[in-house]
This record gives sequence, structure tokens and C-alpha cells, in this order.
Amino acid sequence: MSMLLEVSGVSVSFDGFKAINNLSFNIGEAELRAIIGPNGAGKTTFMDIVTGKTRPDEGRVIWGEKSVSLLKMSEAQIAQAGVGRKFQKPTVFEDQTVQENLLVSLKNPRSWLSVLTYRPTAEDLGRVDALAEEIGLSDQLTRLAGELSHGQKQWLEIGMLLAQEPRLLLVDEPAAGMTVTERQHTTDILVEAAKTRAVVVVEHDMEFVRRLNCKVTVLHEGSVLAEGSLDHVTANKDVIDVYLGR
Amino acid sequence: MQRSFIARNPSVLIFLSLLALFTLVVTVLSEGAGAGFISTSFIKTLGKTLCLCLIAVAMDLIWGYAGILSLGHFAFFGLGGYMIGMWLMYERTRLIVVDSLNQTEIPPTEAEVIEAIGTQIFGVVGSSDFPMIWAFADSLILQLALVVLVPGMLALIFGWLAFRSRVTGVYLSILTQAMTLALALYLFQNDSGLRGNNGLSGLQNLPGVTASQDIVSLWFLWASAFALGAGYFLAAWVVSGKFGSVICGIRDNEARVRFLGYSVEAYKLALFTLTACLAAIAGALYYPQAGIINPAEIAPIASIYLAVWVAIGGRGRLYGAVIGAAFVSLLSTWFTGGQAPDLPMGVYTVKWVDWWLVLLGVSFVLVTLFAPKGIGGLFDLIPTKKGSEE
Amino acid sequence: MRQIYAAALALLLFCVTALSAASQDTQDARAIQPLLQQHQAVIAKSSRKTIGPVIDAIAASGLPQAQQVLQVWAAKDMWIRKSDGHFFIGEKVGGKTYRLTDFDSGDVVGEFQKGDLKQLKPNSGIRALIATALVQFKLTDPDPAARADALQSVARNPSADQLAPLRASINSEANAALATQKLRLERLLTIRFGASDAERISAIEDMAGDLGVDLRATLNPVVTTVREATPTLPDANIAKTLTVGEDISTSEAYALLVAAKLAPAPVSDDVIRTALADHIDGGRVGDVPVAQLSDPAQRTRAYEALTNAGKVAPLVGEADIAQALANHVIYDRYLDPSAAVTAAAAKALKDIEVKVALNQTLDLGLDALSLASIYFLAAIGLAITFGVMGVINMAHGEFIMMGAYTGYVVQQIVPDHTLSILIAIPTAFAVTFAAGVVMERLVIRHLYARPLETLLATFGISIALQQLAKNIFGTQARPLTAPGWLDGAWMMNDVVSISYIRIAIFVLALIFLAVFLFIIKRTRLGLETRAVTQNPAMAAQMGINPGRVNMLTFGLGSGIAGVAGVAIGLFAKVTSELGSDYIVQSFMTVVVGGVGNIWGTLAGAALIGFLQKGIEWLNPSNTLAAQTYMIIFIIIFIQFRPRGIIALKGRAAGD
Repeated sequence: MSMLLEVSGVSVSFDGFKAINNLSFNIGEAELRAIIGPNGAGKTTFMDIVTGKTRPDEGRVIWGEKSVSLLKMSEAQIAQAGVGRKFQKPTVFEDQTVQENLLVSLKNPRSWLSVLTYRPTAEDLGRVDALAEEIGLSDQLTRLAGELSHGQKQWLEIGMLLAQEPRLLLVDEPAAGMTVTERQHTTDILVEAAKTRAVVVVEHDMEFVRRLNCKVTVLHEGSVLAEGSLDHVTANKDVIDVYLGR
Repeated sequence: MQRSFIARNPSVLIFLSLLALFTLVVTVLSEGAGAGFISTSFIKTLGKTLCLCLIAVAMDLIWGYAGILSLGHFAFFGLGGYMIGMWLMYERTRLIVVDSLNQTEIPPTEAEVIEAIGTQIFGVVGSSDFPMIWAFADSLILQLALVVLVPGMLALIFGWLAFRSRVTGVYLSILTQAMTLALALYLFQNDSGLRGNNGLSGLQNLPGVTASQDIVSLWFLWASAFALGAGYFLAAWVVSGKFGSVICGIRDNEARVRFLGYSVEAYKLALFTLTACLAAIAGALYYPQAGIINPAEIAPIASIYLAVWVAIGGRGRLYGAVIGAAFVSLLSTWFTGGQAPDLPMGVYTVKWVDWWLVLLGVSFVLVTLFAPKGIGGLFDLIPTKKGSEE
Repeated sequence: MRQIYAAALALLLFCVTALSAASQDTQDARAIQPLLQQHQAVIAKSSRKTIGPVIDAIAASGLPQAQQVLQVWAAKDMWIRKSDGHFFIGEKVGGKTYRLTDFDSGDVVGEFQKGDLKQLKPNSGIRALIATALVQFKLTDPDPAARADALQSVARNPSADQLAPLRASINSEANAALATQKLRLERLLTIRFGASDAERISAIEDMAGDLGVDLRATLNPVVTTVREATPTLPDANIAKTLTVGEDISTSEAYALLVAAKLAPAPVSDDVIRTALADHIDGGRVGDVPVAQLSDPAQRTRAYEALTNAGKVAPLVGEADIAQALANHVIYDRYLDPSAAVTAAAAKALKDIEVKVALNQTLDLGLDALSLASIYFLAAIGLAITFGVMGVINMAHGEFIMMGAYTGYVVQQIVPDHTLSILIAIPTAFAVTFAAGVVMERLVIRHLYARPLETLLATFGISIALQQLAKNIFGTQARPLTAPGWLDGAWMMNDVVSISYIRIAIFVLALIFLAVFLFIIKRTRLGLETRAVTQNPAMAAQMGINPGRVNMLTFGLGSGIAGVAGVAIGLFAKVTSELGSDYIVQSFMTVVVGGVGNIWGTLAGAALIGFLQKGIEWLNPSNTLAAQTYMIIFIIIFIQFRPRGIIALKGRAAGD
């Protein structure tokens, strides 16, 4: 199976502290993957490296069938190459309407000159409507994003990422602070999204991970501790040690 | 579905109409072309105020919309003024010099004329040679181009350096302030090529124009009003579409914009440069009305006042910037010009010339604390008819 | 005793030589009158040409009266009694009556009518000779102060004839310090006036490596050159033969020829213009219509026409100039004829220059260090409010100003400068601490989440405070005088020096650093401050009151600014704009150094101080330009170290 993203031998340290230590991680097209691990395991740093926010001290990050290295690209270039990222806290443009939020995220030319002269086409507006339908915000299009509930903001952000049409979606703790029904909806959106693209979900909540029903990677102290189905990894003795404390 | 830009932004139309009306009324009441109720010096004050409104619009774009508190836009304003001032001063001196040399028995050669102009202009700094930067001063067209190009290039280079190293927030503000200080200090030197702290003077005289200042002041009023109208329209158009969404996004959440695949630095740079050019045009119209420009005009404090105007007027809404600049600068002229009546308070008489800045400083603190939306925020209190917008 | 013997010996020698010329009176060997009588005719005639040996003889007589004789003579108080031709001190007692006093006995001889006497009136040339001869006496004057005076006057106005008396006075010098000075001056005079090249060269070599300004002032005239042009190179001490176009421009070279009257002066444009104007004839000059004379080519044509008519001097064309230059050599010639001496002097100067450069570097380093201390003082308060708390306080400069004005007010009340400074420092701290606390309570507290608005609000406060200071203290600068013991400078040698006040500021900066470190690392407030800045919510859970801690920390930063204001006020003028002069540099210092780290602030201050001094050194005439370039450098520096010199990495950086 050809890999979409290959991370191999990556290490990074902050002031002597090794946040990521010789980490290797692969994911293929149209795959759903969950990453779990205790606090400080390096989950967020891992995302930072893939999206270009943090430069690793060593290692390789290879992307796509042309096998380009992501390490030399800026955040914006990586995003344009097809990596979408959702932050832990919902980050949407609160002063703008849901429609504007989605329009600005649509996969269109990103250069400032083309954006300056851009006016939404009927097709774009149609895409926005479809996306709003998908994330369940159809009747909120003209509301300011800042007025939405916490869960709605999370969905809007996922919707914005989907509007980007990424090939890899990195999602950081999407279910935090959600009600049970909201979680269900979030799971549906992610599982649906993973049918056409790779989705990596970082999550603390085992119940949520179980519902995703996918391969799980356990991170600990900056490297991969175990990989496999949830039942497989939870049976692993190392993992139990890490989670229960020695 | 797609309505025209004006139709979607009625405030632009209202603003442009009010501006046109204002210009018309002032013209009718002026000394130069009308009833004579408004003195020529006040026409100039009004014209200058319009220019200040234009730079305030530029400031609002970069600060109110994109969230970049630039403390350097008056540097671009001043540079624009210097660029047009070079032509005004050169051409006017040339006419005077040619006139006086033609009185002599032998007609002057080209070299003699240039030598004499150089002596006239640079005598105060003990030189008579034209520095390199005056190479185009004899051409109005080229110097007009430089009005935009020089500040634009400075903004481009500075912005490129600052934005690519991800300097943001207050750090960027301090950096822009440092840039302004560096430019002002440079211009203060006698060998800066721009007459040191003497600056450029006599700019109110248009070379070759025989019309009186009464008339010329009206021309500049009209030009300033037109520039403000055009600048306002351009600014409103820029922020109305997706570009506006992106720059507001940068203000509210820079990382999100970046991870959506937008090159935040390119947007900031484009907007920074655009607003610098707007500021420069405002300056190029302002200083011929002020008559003199010197490096003190560029001092960092001026740019901070600009921020004060925009904050008092109301950030993130273009008309707020215009209101703030017009209101505060006219009030400032009134108070510091000595027209405001002194306030006797028993043992102490408050002289507004002395106390105006204290009042401004304190009211600015109060606005920041209690009315972050500024004067423009008052418009939000007007009940709008729901449904007409969407 | 020895001196008497020496004097007697000298006299004896003199007598032996004099014996053949005149019969010797049997007199007291210590009398000077016989010596004067021996030269009576020459003295009475007083001619500049012949008097020299006589003055020397008197000076060399070794008699104690010799100095008095010379002084009286120079003061035109020496009279000849016509009756016997003897010399006396004359003193007018009234009318035409003069009282005469004998040189040897000091007794009054009697009063005489002017007609019986003749006054000696030495002319200025003779008086100068006498003055030189007197140097010897002054240099051996019993009073050390008089000797020091004499040394100084010789050093100020050296001449060749002072060399011998100076040398003669060295051996008998009892005062060690003066002896050293005399030896040094002797070497310097020898360099300039030494009799032989060997003597001068050895003097130059003796002084090698000395940094004194006086040595350089002595050596420089030795290697002074003049630029001359002649048809052929003369046999002289040539420093360098110049090549036209490389060492000297064509126009300068030609001007030399003109000045030496070796070539005709070029006709300047102004001369042409005047000549043309003088020869306008019917609207034409030499067939060229006046209207066409705005063209330089036409002007030349018209002028040549005038030349051909013999009315004006011909133009000097480029070919003429080239020809003239080809026929002459241009060279720099040493004024001093001895090539060996000039070579030695040039070498010595070069060695000195190297040493001076090294010392100047040291001096520059000290300058930079004191500037860095000033920036550090100005910025350390900001390092707390901005660096630790993240509050950007544009009114910080005004706190510095308030501190300086507090110092001024205290000095108005307490006139003793030492005491008033000691009072001013805690008072300034208290005043600005209070101002800082009030400002934090009223304004900054409400804006913690909005840094840009803190910037604006504090800027509003800055405007108001500045104008208030103007209203209270006026616009003119107020003096804040340093205690007397801080006046003056510590001079290491003629090149390196540092004023005491700058040393004091350096020490103060060190104290501030220590106090800061102590407060942050060792006190409860420091601990709580760090806790609150890192995690306010957590700190609150632990029972720390974040409001109180923020208030105190801000007050502390402001108070330190006030104390810095007193220090800065000591050497800068206290005006309402004092603070705004430092605010941008202060922020630069904190930003360049790295926010949130006192060592960063220190590094930033050092970088900016040394940089500014370095740039000033490269372009000493222009401190404005130095500041400009420094700021540009900082903008570029931030490209490479966006987080400053000492950067916090990773999560702690909090981006």
C-alpha cells in the first residue's frame, strides 16, 4: 500500500528536553487513525512537525506519491499541499458569519491578488451549502461564528477544513467539552470524511476512540509505544504500565 | 444574487455623498470662489484635515482590520510630502533663479542655472551640490511617481523583513516605531540631502501658477477631497470581499489563516505596502497646504497620534477613522491655536494651550478603557431595520 | 658648599681667560661689577648683534647677582653712572632724581640727578635673549613651584636656546618629580632642536612608544611636509614624489603650478562671464550674439574671439595643463632637512599610532560600557513590567522623567549635593512606585488581555504626564547636579580616561542587577511574580493574590525606572522630554536581549551600547547617523534572532 505520509526517525528537543524521540509514523490514503498517549507524550508536537510549525532536529517527513519533503515548506505551503489541521480549542473567525468562514476556506487560489478580485460564484456558494449540510449548520449560515455554541464551533472548524479539501486531516481532541449527542455527530463527520481521505485523530477519551473503530497508535515520551486495534494496544503491558503508572 | 459593490455597502455611498456635499458647501462659502465666509487659512486647515482623514483610513485598514498596530505610517506620509516637496522647491527656485540670472547681461548657461539653484536650496546646510536623490527633482511626472514608489519600497522592504521573521503584536509596533525614529534621525542630519532640520519650505507656492492662494487652496481642497473619496472607496472595496475576510482572520486568529493555506506574510506585506502608499499620497497633498515639511513631522509621536485618532474614532470601521481624525485634529487645532477660551477656576486659570494634551491623553485612556469602539460605536446604537440587509 | 666651589671655579676659569684682556682689580671674587665693567662698552651700546656673548657670560658667571642683573636690565631699570661707567639699579625717587643701588652689596649708593646717569633701554630682541638666559635661573630657582612654572613655560613655547640651560639644570634638580619632567622635556627639546642628527634620533628612540600628547605634538612638526612643484626634483628631504591623477588630482596639481607662478592661471567661468559682459559691442561679443551666450560652446567661441583680438588673457586648455604638468615634478618635501631624523620620527609616530589605536579601542570600550550601563538602567524597569509581566508601558520613559524631576525638587530643598542624591534615590523610588501602583490599579489591570490597547492607554498617560511636567516645571532644562566628588575623570593615560560619574552609573547598574536578581530569585514577591506570570489561575489556586502581585511588581518596575531617572538626570538635562529620548532604545534593549530574561536585557544593553559607540567611531562626525544605522542593524538583527539574544525556547516561549 502506498503511503500518503511517512514520518521516519524524527527527533526534536526544547532546551534539552526531548519532546519527540526517533518517531516513525505512516498513514495511507483514506485511512482513519487515532493517536493516544498521556500528557507530554508529544502528540501536539508531532502535529506541529507535520504542519510545519516546528522544525525537527533530525528525521524525514515525506508526503504524497511524489515523495516531497514537508520539512522545507512553510505552513501555508503544507496546507496547500493538502494537510488540514484542527486545533484543540475551536479556532474560527468569530467576527464573521458561518458562510464567510466557509467561503474563505474553500479550495481556491490562495494568492492575495486573486483573493482581492475574487467574488463568490454560484458553484462556490453551492459548495458552502453542501458543507453546511454535512456539518449540520445549514440554518446557521448568516449567524456570526462567535455566537455559535462550543460544539457548533468545533463542527464549523471541521467544515472549514473539509472545504479546504485536504488529503490528510489532523484533528486535535475534537470531542473535548462536547455532549454525548454532539460527540456522536462528530464521530459521524470524521468517519464520513475518512472515506475519501486520511484522518488522524488525537484524543484522550478512550470511549470516543473506541467509537471511531480504527487503528490506534500509542505515543509515549516522544516515540511510538504500540500500534494496532484498540483492543490490541490496551492489552499491551507497556501501555497499561504507562497509563496506570508503574 | 450578485449585487453591485455600492449596493451592498450603502455606507460608502453615504460617505461619498457627504464628502461631496461638504466640499461643495465649503467652496461656496470660501473666500476664493464664493461668499467669503470661510477664510483661506481655514480652507487650508480643512484641506489638511481631509488628508489626515485619508491617512487615518489607511491606518484603519492596517490596524483596525488587519490588527497590525503600525507606529510608522506617518513616516510614509512624511516621505510622500518630501517627494512632492522636492519638485515644488526645485521648480520654484529654478523659476526665480532663471528670472534673476536673465537680468544680467549675459544669459546663463544650464550649468550656471543648476549651480545657482543648488546654492539657493542647499545654502542653509552649507552646500551647493545636488545630492543623488534629487536626480529627478526637475520632472513633475517622475517625482509624482516617487511619491508612491519611495514610501512603497520602504514599506515593502521593511515589511518583508519584519513579517518574514514573524514579528507580531507589540513587538511589531515597537519595530515600526524604531523604523520611524531611524528615518527621522536620518533626515535630521544636514547631509541627508533634504536640508536637515530646515526641511523643505515654500511648498504652498505652485511654480508657474499665478492664481492667488485663495484659489490654490480650493484646488488642494478639491484634490484632497477627491483623494479621500477614492481612498475610502478603495479601502471599502478591499475589505468587502474575501480579502477582507482573510485580513480580519489574520487579526483574530493568525494561525488559523496560515493553516488554511494562506501565506499570512504576503497578505500583511501587500496591505502594509498599500496603506503606506495611501499614506504617502495623503502626505503629498498635505504638505503643499502646510507649506513646510521638516523631519520633526516624522517623529514617532506623530504616528502614535494617528493611532489615537483612529482609536477615538472607532477601529475596524472606515468612517470611524475619518470621524476620529477630523474630530481630534480639528479640536487640537482649535485648542492649541489659542482660540479656545481660558477656563478660570478660582486660583488657577486653565490655559488650553497648556492643558489640551493632558485632556487628550486622559480622554484617550478613558476611550480605551470604556469605549473601545470609539465614536463610531455610537452608530451601533441606532436601531437598524432588520431584514433589509439580507 | 659644592655650589660655592663650582661658582668659584667658574669665576676662576673666567678670570684666567679674562686676565689677558684687562687688568684685574683686586676685589671680592663674588662681585659682578668687574664682569660688567669688562664688557662695559658692549653693554652700553646694546646691540642685538654683539650682546649675545655678554649675556651668556653673565648667565654663566655663576654669581648669585647674575639673575638680578639680567632681570633689572630687561626691566629697563639698569643705569650707568656717567662718572665711572659703573652699572646700578636705578629707582626714581622724584622729579629727575634717581636712587642707585649696588648689585653686589645691595647698598644704596646715593641719589643722583638724571643728567649724571644713562638708562639702558634694551630692545625687544635683546630682552628676548635675556629672557632665554633667565630660564636657566628659573629652572634652578630654589622654589619648586617656580621651577615647575619655568618648565611649563618652556614646554609651552619651546626654543632651541632653552635646551642648554635645561640640560644644565637637570643634575642639580632635587625634586624627583620635577627631575623626571625635566628629563622628558629635555628629550622632547632634543628631538626638535638637537645639534646633531644622531642626538635627535637617539632622543626619538628614547621616547619610542610613549603615548603622551606632548610627544606627538613634538614629532608631528618634524614630519610635516610641504607640497611643492618645480621643474626638476631638488636635492632635499623628499617625502614622496606625486603622480598626477593618482596621488593628486589634475586641477589641484595645476593649482600648485599656478601658485608657484610656474604656469598661467586657468580662466574660470566667472572670469569668462565678466570678460564677456565687459566686451558687449552692439548686442554681440566677438561676433556671437548675446542671446546665444547661454550655450557654453558659444561662450568659448566668443571668448576666443576676444583673445584673438588681444583683449583678454588666453584660455588655458586641457592640453596646456597637461603640458605644464608634464614639465614639472610635484612632490611632498619634509621641512626638516635630515632624512634620517624624519625617517626615525615617522617610524616612531607609526609605532605610537598603533599603541594609540589600541588604547583608543580600550577607551571606546569603556565609553561603550558606560553607554550600555545607561541603557541597562533605563531598560531594567521595563525588563520587569514588559519582560516579566508582559505589560507594555509607553509611560515608562515618563517614570524615568518623574524620577529625575524628583531628584531636582529634592535638591531645591536639600542643598548639599551628596546628601540630596542619597535622599533623592529612595524618594524617587517611592514617588514612581506609587505612580506605577496607581496606574496599574486604574488602567492596566483592565487591559491585561489586550496588549495593544495597553500600549495605547499607557501612551495616553505618557502624553498627559509629559505635558503636566511641562506645565509644572516649564520647558527649559532643570539642573540635577552631581556631588563634587563625582566630578573629574579617571585618567589612565593621555588616551584612556573615564569620568567618575560614568563609573558611578556602571556601579549603579551592577547594583540594580544584583537587586533585581535578589528580588526575583530570593524573595516571596519574586516567587509569586514568576508564578503569576507563568500561570495566573494556578497561582490563584495556591493562595496567591494575582491582583496584589501584579500591582507590586508593576510598582517595583516603575520605582526602578524612577531611580534610573535620578542617575540619568545627573548627566543629561532634566526636561519633560527626558523619558521619550530613552523609551525606544529601552524597548529595543529588552526586545533585542530577549523578553523575560534579565540576562537578555543585560546582553541587549551591551549589544546596543557597543554597537552605537562602534558606529560612532566609524563615523565620528555624526551621532544622528550612528543612531539611524544602529536601529537599522537591530531591525536586521531581529530577522535572525526574532526572540532576542537569549531566547526562551519551546513551550515556555508561549507563541
